[in-house]
Amino acid sequence: MKTICFYFQIHQPFRLKRYRFFDIGNDHYYYDDFQNEEIIHRIAEQSYLPANRMILEMIKNSGGKFKVAYSISGVALEQMEIYTPEVIDSFKELAASGNVEFLAETYAHSLSSLGDPDEFKHQVKKQEEKIKTLFGVKPKVFRNTELIYSDEISELVYEMGYHGMLTEGAKHILGWKSPNYMYSSCVEPKLSLLLKNDLFSEDLSDRFSDYSWNEYPLTADKFISWIASTPESEQIINLFMNYEVFGTLHSASTGIFDFFKALPRFAAEKNIGFSLPSEIFTLMKPVDMISVPYPMSWVDEERDTSSWLGNILQQEAFRKICEMGERVRMCEPRRIRQDWYYLQSSDHFYYMNTKHPGKDNFSPYDNPYEAFINYMNVLADFSLRVNAQFPENLEDEELNPLITQIKNQGEEIENLQKELDKYKRKAEKLEKTTKAEPSVKPKAVKSEEAKPVKAPAKKSSK
Amino acid sequence: MKALMFGWEFPPHILGGLGTASYGLTKGMSLQSDMQITFCIPKPWGDEDQSFLKIIGMNNVPIVWKDANYDYVQSRLSEVGMKAEDYFKFRDHIYADFSYRHVNDLGCIEFSGRYPDNLMEEINNYSIVAGVVARTEEYDIIHAHDWLTYPAGIHAKNVSGKPLVLHVHATDYDRSRGKVNPQVYAIEKDGMDHADHIMTVSELTRRTVIDKYYQDPAKVTTVHNAVTPLSPDILAIPDKKGVKDKVITFLGRITMQKGPEYFVEAAAKVLQRSKHVRFVMAGSGDMMDQMIRLVASRNISDRFHFTGFMRGKQVYEVLKASDVYVMPSVSEPFGISPLEAMQCGVPSIISKQSGCAEILYYAVKVDYWDIDALADSMYSIITYPALHEFLKTEGKKEVDNIKWEYAGQKVRRIYDMVLANRK
Repeated sequence: MKTICFYFQIHQPFRLKRYRFFDIGNDHYYYDDFQNEEIIHRIAEQSYLPANRMILEMIKNSGGKFKVAYSISGVALEQMEIYTPEVIDSFKELAASGNVEFLAETYAHSLSSLGDPDEFKHQVKKQEEKIKTLFGVKPKVFRNTELIYSDEISELVYEMGYHGMLTEGAKHILGWKSPNYMYSSCVEPKLSLLLKNDLFSEDLSDRFSDYSWNEYPLTADKFISWIASTPESEQIINLFMNYEVFGTLHSASTGIFDFFKALPRFAAEKNIGFSLPSEIFTLMKPVDMISVPYPMSWVDEERDTSSWLGNILQQEAFRKICEMGERVRMCEPRRIRQDWYYLQSSDHFYYMNTKHPGKDNFSPYDNPYEAFINYMNVLADFSLRVNAQFPENLEDEELNPLITQIKNQGEEIENLQKELDKYKRKAEKLEKTTKAEPSVKPKAVKSEEAKPVKAPAKKSSK
Repeated sequence: MKALMFGWEFPPHILGGLGTASYGLTKGMSLQSDMQITFCIPKPWGDEDQSFLKIIGMNNVPIVWKDANYDYVQSRLSEVGMKAEDYFKFRDHIYADFSYRHVNDLGCIEFSGRYPDNLMEEINNYSIVAGVVARTEEYDIIHAHDWLTYPAGIHAKNVSGKPLVLHVHATDYDRSRGKVNPQVYAIEKDGMDHADHIMTVSELTRRTVIDKYYQDPAKVTTVHNAVTPLSPDILAIPDKKGVKDKVITFLGRITMQKGPEYFVEAAAKVLQRSKHVRFVMAGSGDMMDQMIRLVASRNISDRFHFTGFMRGKQVYEVLKASDVYVMPSVSEPFGISPLEAMQCGVPSIISKQSGCAEILYYAVKVDYWDIDALADSMYSIITYPALHEFLKTEGKKEVDNIKWEYAGQKVRRIYDMVLANRK
């Protein structure tokens, strides 16, 4: 029996306000609240809320057969908590149905997997905690920012205890192979991979409302029949896309919602089921390994990371934050930690891309240079704040042992204090006993104890 | 295809961008094998490059019949690169009695070749002479560069019945920030009304021509300017910067149109934060004194340098020593200088209100009035090396592909279209 695995990405960055260089050192608030609020409200109204309602209804109507997976970035969840808590509530409702799975990812929807492994692990932990506190489940399957994947990343993911990961089924990686099977990483064979079916996913995400497409209009009947006509042995159809497919990328008037509602009925006719990624990972075995020496993603024709790190502006900005990472993670203040997450969102780098001159790229900026200038100004202020926490001329390598030393010293002092208390209590006991039964012994002990302490002091004074 | 062009400037003796553009365009068009260009200017100096076109000096075209000796004419005209035969040919086509006019011993009118106070008189004289040229020369189309030569173009059209094409390098709306000189406007409007087709150097200018001069949009086409590749000796100019500071340069006429005050204000903002930067304002103009006072009142004179007018190679010496080039023009029909800066590998900041912004992608664009954005861009380019490097290399690549040859082909297509419409 064939099964469809739906997975939706949900992410909204904290967009930066216009931050001029003369604000550096003066203004430590970086975000365009008005814009962020406006966008999340609009998208919640257009997409998240109606889509959640629809999915919940579909789960109920299908008698629990319809299933979907989500990955919601931590920064998006934070924005929803601030501006549209009703969206969080509706996700909680979905979570309670048991037919929805939340995947792990980086908290900030960041590129840390490409440059800062420590930060990457840290953010995944943070994201797990966030999902756990909000929805009460611990994610079992991992998916990286924009499905970015490489052999190196698979090692990191496996080290963190994941056995399943979602990624792109890029043509240059698969070649003649079909994405409709389960694969595993060639460096970590125990990490299984589900690959996106580009053709079917993009029929929905890109082409659904395209009048010039020769298959327009796409009906649920037709779509399911395509899936059913794949070879018998191809069991898994992975449809991965942005959740904004509903209502924003294709407005409600294109019929995307109705199309979706009709899917389970036609799927049932053709004996096609729906599964969660974690179910597939437990039920099936990988058929082959894939090797991905260079990172791939699900963006653009190239399916690589050039949209975020393609030009030297992006590379420079990314190098800067990777260099800072170690120091920032040593910082305590909550605001620094929070800004650090917000600044790492991959979107800030996407706005700097020069691959498509003249296209707007969802960018709040007029052009990539503005995006770069603004980001670097913010980063300059941020690094001032981070450096203010520690002496700037100290190298990270020096700083680290110092901090551990301070920490250790604290522990040492605590231990010594405990010991001291112990002896004090002993002394008190002894005093009590000596009062009752005077003896010479304890005195002798005391003087013996005092001697070794005094002796080195004398030496040093000479 | 033979074109008769009327212009006002031609390198090496130029006063502004018009001469550079005229040279580039004609050179680009001369690459078409069947293209012959005759270019009229008020006063040639004799050292113009005539290898790809024929130059007629209007100050050597007789309008009054004088009995001149062949050898004498020969000796007089050879120094400006004109043949005596041409003189006599022109003399045969004098069409009216202009003996009341002030002429020299050859029956020619003297021109300053600049933009003198009696400019209107020179323009009138130019069109009188154009009448003689138009009767003498053979050509298929008339092409007039900028308003100074529009009357000459109309005259030539009336005489010969050949189609007239105007090339709008600027309008008075650009030069005056909206307060047009009615006399100039009248000449411009008259020229456009008589033209068979109008070419503008940018979409911005095209809009002005359509909206302010009430021209039929179908009659107006944009032909973006380009740049001439730099010669090896210019590329070899070393960076003579004597200071370690970063240098940010404004280069152009210091006039209202170029927005120099925004440059000064932005400079003051940058200097508040960054000490290792110097500003250069290269050029001269009617707002120079005002700018010097403004710089003094902002208390940044120690970091702000005025160079005066720059000519030929000096321009490139200044560019080579610069880290950033800024053109905050309030209204710039095209603006070739940022392209030149980019050829030298200097990142450019240009105003969105300049025509070249339409074709440049690897340049930072800001609104001319947005001093904060301007200051921010300057600061960023000198502070973040990646941005400087990116704009430098990508900008150079981009600008190396903007060629006059392509602009010339576009002009040619317009010629063909205009001639086809006539038949």
